[in-house]
Amino acid sequence: MTTPHKSFVLMLEGVNKTFDGFKAISDLNFYMDEGELRTIIGPNGAGKSTLMDIITGRTKPDTGKVEFGRDTDLTALSEHEINRLGIGRKFQTPSVYIHHTVFENVLLSLKGSRGVFAALFSRTTPAQRGRIDEVLNTIGLAGKGGRLAGSLSHGQKQWLEIGMLLAQDPKLLLVDEPAAGMTDEETHKTGELLLGLAGRHSIVVIEHDMAFVRQIASKVTVLHQGSVLCEGTVDEVQNSEQVIEVYLGRKKKDKH
Amino acid sequence: MQFKPRNLELWLMVAAALLIIVVLPCLNAFAPETSWLHVGNFTINLYGKYLCYAILAISVDILWGYTGLLSLGQALFFSLGGYMMGMNLMRMIGELGQYHKPIPDFLVFLGWTRLPAFWKPFASLPFALIMAALVPGLLSAVFGFFAFRSRIRGVYFSILTQALTYAACLLFFRNSLLMGGNNGFTDFKFILGHDLRSPVTQRALFICSGVALLLVYGVCRWLTNTKFGKIQRAIRDSENRVMFSGYSTANFKLLVFVLAALIASLAGILYVPQVGIINPGEMSTEKSLEAVVWVAVGGRATLVGPILGAFTVNALKSWATRAYPDLWLILLGTMFIFVTVFLPGGMVGLPGQLLVLKRRYFSRTPKAPPAANPTPSPFVK
Repeated sequence: MTTPHKSFVLMLEGVNKTFDGFKAISDLNFYMDEGELRTIIGPNGAGKSTLMDIITGRTKPDTGKVEFGRDTDLTALSEHEINRLGIGRKFQTPSVYIHHTVFENVLLSLKGSRGVFAALFSRTTPAQRGRIDEVLNTIGLAGKGGRLAGSLSHGQKQWLEIGMLLAQDPKLLLVDEPAAGMTDEETHKTGELLLGLAGRHSIVVIEHDMAFVRQIASKVTVLHQGSVLCEGTVDEVQNSEQVIEVYLGRKKKDKH
Repeated sequence: MQFKPRNLELWLMVAAALLIIVVLPCLNAFAPETSWLHVGNFTINLYGKYLCYAILAISVDILWGYTGLLSLGQALFFSLGGYMMGMNLMRMIGELGQYHKPIPDFLVFLGWTRLPAFWKPFASLPFALIMAALVPGLLSAVFGFFAFRSRIRGVYFSILTQALTYAACLLFFRNSLLMGGNNGFTDFKFILGHDLRSPVTQRALFICSGVALLLVYGVCRWLTNTKFGKIQRAIRDSENRVMFSGYSTANFKLLVFVLAALIASLAGILYVPQVGIINPGEMSTEKSLEAVVWVAVGGRATLVGPILGAFTVNALKSWATRAYPDLWLILLGTMFIFVTVFLPGGMVGLPGQLLVLKRRYFSRTPKAPPAANPTPSPFVK
């Protein structure tokens, strides 16, 4: 096996996953550098969400290697163990704790002890309050800490969930369609937020909205039928013969 | 002084606790029987039963209302506590049974002449109480461990807990278990040497139940205010988010499940000497379901709600089963549907709901702010 030229934060090699005979992921290889902001695009059913499920431990691959950082095997770990290694995931639909305040939402996500008994006697320290204010500032929810998360707008909930990931201070952030259902202005703000985070964190974004992809992406990976079709800059990808064929080919099929 | 709803709740609880633990027993003991202030022995006994039901309701609520786990097995843990207590009370009968033998009547009836070994230590009340904590505690820990590890959730969890309860019910019906079969335990005479039929003993049991309810309320109030409590509610609202935030949700749910089993068992321990009987009927389907209705009627995800619900529904039941015995189950079902559809916050949520209605009615300007619902139902997603 070739030695990586620099340290990969995430490496998937020869990954396969079949659901009831449907090959969701087929011989997938995927490498990510530390601090990179990577966008994954692909038609519906290309395996984007399954890929996220495999990385975060929700789904176990049939075969293949999934490694985080320097040879930490992720396939043997459960969701919360993988999260504790420093992999945060944002779901497609906003999942925040709607009956908790914005402040509490971030508080429960802060890096720190995750034990059952520690939770019984834990108190919020001034340092934690400071960190929560910092996070709320970053995601544009400063001063809204006392509001119930359920009363936030859709866009604000999405940002809050990103904020909850930041509070965990993860090495790798997986963000599934953050701009879905957002207004253009909200989408743009989300892009800026993600760009501001790149470098300090490695980020994988799954997205459909090409304008948004253009705004944030340095490197794009195109998935098709469960494996990587091509990788490159937005322009390279958009002009790639293969990509055009896949997308246009799909369109032709749709017509009949 | 500023009255916050939380302060108000605390003051009301203190007032109610004083009424139950001090005033009612005093009126029972000292007010002359002709006085309108007198509280009869029957009432004390009845309210003592309600107090136990209130404890059971809290155990349902910390699972269902706070953690989103609808357990239909709380009647099982309640009965187990009751059975352990009942074993001690059976031993206390001594030779005063029908057969005048030193072993419980049903064992004589089954042809036993000597006490089975596992019955022997139950002559000691402390031993019975320890078993009443150990048996439900261990059962819930083992069951919970496997259920939560296998990610059994939602309606599957409810069905499984119901199935477990039903299986236990069938087991206790069997005479060969040597736990009294379908008649269970009854005809108790003494508790710690005191005559169970004397008003003094019943009053003491009533006070014990009141104190137990207050303690359970206090512990749960503390628990729900800790970070643990916040995580509990977070699991209810978005378990995936909690899991993907690095918490082992299975461990959190397990602790709540075991705690709820212990609380239910405590209710059973206090229930049996006051009611004077325990049999497998206590594990039947409708017993668990009734407890769920108390919580829904009173108000889920609050601690006052289950107490209020247990008292209200059971008071209604006491009246209805005498006035309209055939209609009680229909009434119960109707009440459940009505509360689920129209009062998602139960009785406790009613003032908030009325407030929202009033605000909407009086501020019909088009720019009326969408009033933040003061009692959001935890179950509307």
